[in-house]
Amino acid sequence: MLEISHVYKSFNIGTPVQKDALMDVNLKLNEGDFVTIIGGNGAGKSTMLNAVAGVFEVEKGKITIDGTDVTKFPEYKRAKYIGRVFQDPLRGTAGDMWIEENLAMALRRGKTRSFVWGISNKEREQFVELLKHLDLGLEDRLDSKVGLLSGGQRQALTLLMATIKKPQLLLLDEHTAALDPKTAKKVLEITQRVVEEHNLTTLMVTHNMKDAIKYGNRLIMMHNGTIIYDVSGEEKKNLHVSDLLAKFEQVSGGEFANDRMMLAN
Amino acid sequence: MEIVSWLWNIQSGATLGVIWGIMGLGLYLTYRVLNYADLTVDGSLTLGGAISAVYVAAGVQPIVAILLATFGGMMAGLVTGLLHTKLRIPDLLAGILTQFALYTVNLRIMGKANFGLLNQTTIFSQLKDLGIPSKWVGLIVGLVFVVILIILVYCFFGTEIGCALRATGNNPDMVKAMGGNTKVYIMLGLIVGNGLVAMSGGMLAQYQGYADINMGVGTIVIGLASIMIGEVLFSKRTYFHRLAGVIIGSVVYRIIIAIVLRISMNSNFIVKITADDMKLITAIIVIIALVAPDMKDRFLSKFAKEGK
Repeated sequence: MLEISHVYKSFNIGTPVQKDALMDVNLKLNEGDFVTIIGGNGAGKSTMLNAVAGVFEVEKGKITIDGTDVTKFPEYKRAKYIGRVFQDPLRGTAGDMWIEENLAMALRRGKTRSFVWGISNKEREQFVELLKHLDLGLEDRLDSKVGLLSGGQRQALTLLMATIKKPQLLLLDEHTAALDPKTAKKVLEITQRVVEEHNLTTLMVTHNMKDAIKYGNRLIMMHNGTIIYDVSGEEKKNLHVSDLLAKFEQVSGGEFANDRMMLAN
Repeated sequence: MEIVSWLWNIQSGATLGVIWGIMGLGLYLTYRVLNYADLTVDGSLTLGGAISAVYVAAGVQPIVAILLATFGGMMAGLVTGLLHTKLRIPDLLAGILTQFALYTVNLRIMGKANFGLLNQTTIFSQLKDLGIPSKWVGLIVGLVFVVILIILVYCFFGTEIGCALRATGNNPDMVKAMGGNTKVYIMLGLIVGNGLVAMSGGMLAQYQGYADINMGVGTIVIGLASIMIGEVLFSKRTYFHRLAGVIIGSVVYRIIIAIVLRISMNSNFIVKITADDMKLITAIIVIIALVAPDMKDRFLSKFAKEGK
């Protein structure tokens, strides 16, 4: 499905603050894999997702999705294959536009847009059905501005937009980090449901180790720009937070796991 | 009789407001919808005027001359768009550079700084020949254009491409994530926006009977004044309201100017106000329109507190 091979990415090359964000990253996902990604700040989690999404070009390496080499594709062209939800709830939706306009944009992801006018009634019915399914009371508010929604509602809507046209790959970049714990839980439950329903191949970055263990069939840990730990199946199910912390201490040379990861538990 | 002459002053202000309002629609597209402060407009308005005047003088059908002027403006928008998206020049600078270059282009087109259209056939003179009173042709032609353009722009906003263009101004990250090439939409917005600005300039040249190298100076500020007056007076509910608001704003602006000029004509202020003082007055109007919504909110919240 997704194949990342020998990918390198550095920022501020040639300056004293050069940051080697990705150092020989290799990852191969099978169809239907739901992978959670953990790691400390600056480990390269978001950078890896952005490299896949095409936010920037990588220095070296190759990225293929479903057999297509997308390494040189600009961001908008890769969108044909990829659904994304960002950490910032404001980034995934157009706040000044209506819910139905946002969904209509999403329904046309990867399609050539034309001068066809309007949103069909059939599409509207589809939107209402899908919004009902979210169970956030948005189904009667097709003509509300997205800017009026709460952060949780916006993330749920973004998730719906990312998946309304089934993507080959779903990228979730700490999409619940900006939400309060209760809303975060709800959005994660919706995520789980949507991913299972459509059998979506998914990469989910999280800083919450419990969530990383609870969700998905595979877990990877990143450190200093590479993947240092990759578990799946039964082994992953039997993981405990303490195992991950131990692993983390081991790779970070005995230093204590960073505050953020600790607090998350 | 005094009152009648006042009304004619206001009517001619309204006519100018409607014709300049087409420029307002173009600027609305770039400034408000696309969120792009496009300074090309000062040059593309003059470009429209120059093209229209030269073709009318050459005996081309006046309406065709206006369409050619529109096309010229679209090309100016394309240049700014390419400078910004392909060469990655910041938006303000890209517009300023095109505007600056257009000064030369406009002079070359006209061959002189002021190109008169005395006794030439214009779209207005053609209507006059059909028997419409000469004092009303300007307003009638302007309104016909404005109604058609508002309908076209409104329909455009509703299309898939129009929707993506609006989203580009609102949240480019989202558009890219949804497979839209934001660069294309920015270019499209600049092309259509500057086309409308040049169309306005083209009509203006025929209406006033000349094109002048300086006719576009301050276009961006006048356009902003129209947009903001429209927003203060008119609700932002639907795009029909917003687009009509731009025209109303433009008309109100011109009426204010007409009244100021009229008053100063008959009175003895310490300083005699002339047409040359309009730029300062316009700047003050824009400042008031910019600050008014904020002031209103503050006043209302203070009022609410004291009410308790």
